[in-house]
Amino acid sequence: MSAPDLSLESNLHNLERALDARPSLQRSPLEARALKSGVLTGLTWVAALIAAVPLFSVIYMLFVEGGSRLSWETLTALPPSAFDLGGGFGNAIVGTIVMVGIATLISLPLGILAAVYLAILEPDSRLAHTVRFLAKVLTGFPSILAGVFVYAVMVVTMKTYSALAGGVALAVLMLPTVILAAEQAMAMVPKKMKDAAYGMGCTRTQVILKVVLPTGASGILTGVMLAIAGAAGNSAPLLFTALFSDYYLSSLTEPTASLAILIFNFSGMPYDNQIQLAWAASLVLVLIVLVFNILARLIGRQKY
Amino acid sequence: MNAIPETMAVAPAPARNGAVMDCQLQKVFYGDFLAVRDSNLPLEKNKITGFIGPSGCGKSTVLRSLNRMNDLIPVFRFEGKVTYHGQDIYDAKVDPVVVRRYIGMVFQQPNPFAMSIYDNVAFGLRLNGFKGNLDERVEKALQGAACWNEVKDKLKNSGLSLSGGQQQRLCIARAIATEPDVLLMDEPCSALDPIATRRVEELMVELKEKYTIALVTHNMQQAMRVADTTAFFGVDISQGSRTGYMVEMGPTKKIFEEPEQQLTREYVRGEFS
Repeated sequence: MSAPDLSLESNLHNLERALDARPSLQRSPLEARALKSGVLTGLTWVAALIAAVPLFSVIYMLFVEGGSRLSWETLTALPPSAFDLGGGFGNAIVGTIVMVGIATLISLPLGILAAVYLAILEPDSRLAHTVRFLAKVLTGFPSILAGVFVYAVMVVTMKTYSALAGGVALAVLMLPTVILAAEQAMAMVPKKMKDAAYGMGCTRTQVILKVVLPTGASGILTGVMLAIAGAAGNSAPLLFTALFSDYYLSSLTEPTASLAILIFNFSGMPYDNQIQLAWAASLVLVLIVLVFNILARLIGRQKY
Repeated sequence: MNAIPETMAVAPAPARNGAVMDCQLQKVFYGDFLAVRDSNLPLEKNKITGFIGPSGCGKSTVLRSLNRMNDLIPVFRFEGKVTYHGQDIYDAKVDPVVVRRYIGMVFQQPNPFAMSIYDNVAFGLRLNGFKGNLDERVEKALQGAACWNEVKDKLKNSGLSLSGGQQQRLCIARAIATEPDVLLMDEPCSALDPIATRRVEELMVELKEKYTIALVTHNMQQAMRVADTTAFFGVDISQGSRTGYMVEMGPTKKIFEEPEQQLTREYVRGEFS
């Protein structure tokens, strides 16, 4: 190895060369890489916009077509007969709320307890794997089959269509959503929090009641609201179970009106009045789901 | 709460040199894997016993055997005896849940519950059906954990809103609120920065006035700073797998300056880790 050249000129020369070799840090938007990135970003933007179109157009249509018929009368009156003017769907609102209420009362405790088993007690047992698989299958279950099933089990044996049967049919549809969402929410509670609770001397039940459920509550609630929204708008399972009624609900064991079925019935009728009511009922259905969603968000907000 | 729990009260056998707990561990298995063998160590009252040793030497496993936290791992199996005031906590009649109420634990990662600072500290008291003045005990615990001044104006805020070091001191407050006899600390400073570490170390030295402490640490300087007694754990690879065991235990100064075992000497001199 020769001795390093320490002359001033040589070192200046090296410095100049180093300065020239500085990399350019400026944008070059026409470079292939940048172009590709730009095009793909644009595509995702367009896709997101297209995905929002159906939702917004439906809501727009509901307000335009149904908004004008919305009044105290439509919200409380009974459905009109064929050539009548006016009328409303108060009984269908009550029916929908009662049946969704029944379905929630059934699917919520059952679903959350099942989720406790899946997420905490025996997450890897054969039963857990089977239940998880079946719940996933059931989320894609055709809703009309839930109606047929409950028709066979309840309507035939009780010899009447009823709000009870309608509620059970909706519960069958809600259950898998509740189970899977609640399991997910509970599984996301950090292990270190559970360890802390065990370390304090909690029994397993106390760990679940005092730490896992409160910590996972907002996630569980989100899942429940999704399930309720799905159930409230479902007409197929009610066709065979609750049927319809032109009167207010007076007992849980008689045919019961619901918004979904009213919309289904009225939208096919050749009368303007009924068609307008169907639009208004659709708007009310969407608003009910929206209001419940907002309420649930407020109640279940992650506090800490 | 400092009294011997009734459910565990048996004629207390005299423990070795006034030890509150005496661990006579013969074998600990995870499934078929022998994780730790032959580790006998007494925890003396109002002393800090440090557990040091290389990774995988079983020091955390031994610590977690002292309040039966390992029972949460289904494949865990313990052979031997851990006496607490003379009673074997692995006796079939003993309820591990009750054991954990008297032998508190502070974990490696700060793990406050997703609730307010106040509720975090009050958690154990409420769990035990405490009927006295809750506010007073919460304040006392937070003062004991040297974080009262920082949190006294925001007791309703989330425990998770605090910084890492504050969270860890909150967890210590939560653990001492029920005034347990023994405090097990599993690398309580490993997730903290040096300043927070110093505060927790100072706190440990204050806490030993009232509690008996076992401290697992990766940090030899930490053991030197706070531990009265130090137990060194090593890994035995002679049987083809890695089995931890206690090599030597003694006064901290002796372990670090003139240990009896060659392995301990090499470790404390930083010749392997």
